[in-house]
Amino acid sequence: MTSRARGGTRTLQLILAWSFVGIPLLWGVVQTLRNALNLFH
Amino acid sequence: MRALSFLDRYRTVAGPGFSRWMVPPAALCIHLCIGQAYAFSVFNLPMTRLLGITDSAPGDWKLTDLGWIFTLAIFFLGVSAAVFGRWVEEGGPRRAMFASALCFGGGFLISAAGVYVHDIWIIYLGYGVLGGIGLGLGYISPVSTLIKWFPDRPGMATGMAIMGFGGGALIASPLSVWLLAHFSTPRHVGVAETFIVLGVVYFIFMMVGAAIVRVPAPGWRPAGWSPPARQPKLVTSANVYVYRALRTPQFWLIWWVLCLNVTAGIGVLGQASAMSQEMFPGKVSAVAAAGFVGLMSLFNMAGRFLWASASDLIGRKNTYFCFFILGTVLYALVPTAGRLGSVAFFVLCFLIIISMYGGGFSTIPAYLRDMFGTRYVGAIHGWLITAWSAAGVLGPVLVNYIRAYEIAHGVPKADAYNVTMYLMATLLVIGFFCNLFIRPVHERHHMPAVRDEATVAAQ
Repeated sequence: MTSRARGGTRTLQLILAWSFVGIPLLWGVVQTLRNALNLFH
Repeated sequence: MRALSFLDRYRTVAGPGFSRWMVPPAALCIHLCIGQAYAFSVFNLPMTRLLGITDSAPGDWKLTDLGWIFTLAIFFLGVSAAVFGRWVEEGGPRRAMFASALCFGGGFLISAAGVYVHDIWIIYLGYGVLGGIGLGLGYISPVSTLIKWFPDRPGMATGMAIMGFGGGALIASPLSVWLLAHFSTPRHVGVAETFIVLGVVYFIFMMVGAAIVRVPAPGWRPAGWSPPARQPKLVTSANVYVYRALRTPQFWLIWWVLCLNVTAGIGVLGQASAMSQEMFPGKVSAVAAAGFVGLMSLFNMAGRFLWASASDLIGRKNTYFCFFILGTVLYALVPTAGRLGSVAFFVLCFLIIISMYGGGFSTIPAYLRDMFGTRYVGAIHGWLITAWSAAGVLGPVLVNYIRAYEIAHGVPKADAYNVTMYLMATLLVIGFFCNLFIRPVHERHHMPAVRDEATVAAQ
């Protein structure tokens, strides 16, 4: 784990923050792609 | 109030060592939620059978009544972004995000009450007015903060946030369908419960964004980066006050650039499903058309990030030239795709067009920053959002009415969109000239440097 200055950011905080928004977004993209595949059937 | 002092701008100033890469997730927390607006149509059919359950009964709301909910929300998005833009800029992003979360989440809860007592006016007030204000506040709240954190890549930074607005619909649509299925029973549709869950979840999600957002300390710069010694001609290092910016021709030229680009995209976005089936009868089924709409949503989202990022390399003006030239050519080619019966060509044309529609939204904040500086870019962006509201009316009206006129005059359904496509191409040509005429803002509009620095220091 990286050290941080006072008020600084840890790598874990970055991973958590990006996962918090990235996982729902990825889920939405996968759902949409699954529907979009119907275009090619 | 002391209890709310954590919302104050000075409480959000980042300390040493704060990573600017924490700010895009904060912005995405807001935009992924408010992007739900694009998926509101999921509720339309269930809300037409709240009384009849399996089918519409007398007293049930009609689709035309329900259409006003989204229209009101988009209208109040534009109004609130314009009216509260300066308050957002001066109060800081956390206060604006908190207010947005309250309005947007609260809008859902009030709408749930409207569904429960079956009074559509409560829903107009809840999701339409209050939710719309939440949309406007949330849309502009992280923009100037991101631009200040990423002076080296402002297009990419705002592109990431505004991509979230496109991505929000991708999450909200399947989530809402799942919640409706979960709460529905043979005697109950489950819309009110779905609204309550969405209101609470979105409020919490947006508050996480408000908690982690930070503004850079005055004079902060990315490590190892300094402003280029010689700025490109169209990039200013000065600032223009928000109401002064509204008096410049540049603001109104950019207003038309956005309005025309959005009009061209939004008109076909709402009609993509019907258009693909009518232009290719027997070749594109309803299921395939739904897949096409999904694919367009993905390109809309991806375009927001990719085009805005590209604008950091090729410049904002050149990016919009790409939109207008490429868009004109592609719209003009769509009728040819119909005549050739080439579904693949048709799909390719629209996917590129819709990526540029998304890119138009996400590149505009950086364009404003180039022209008017960073100080009031959020507030100026708020006023520019009215171009979106105008396009939201203009685009669908043009597509729907021209199609209806053509069919009424005996044009086959497969060819009924041709005139519309040529008209969209014409709008993009006009947009090209608006973009062409954009010149740097005259120095007389710039804020005095001393006053400007004093304002920043006071904050």
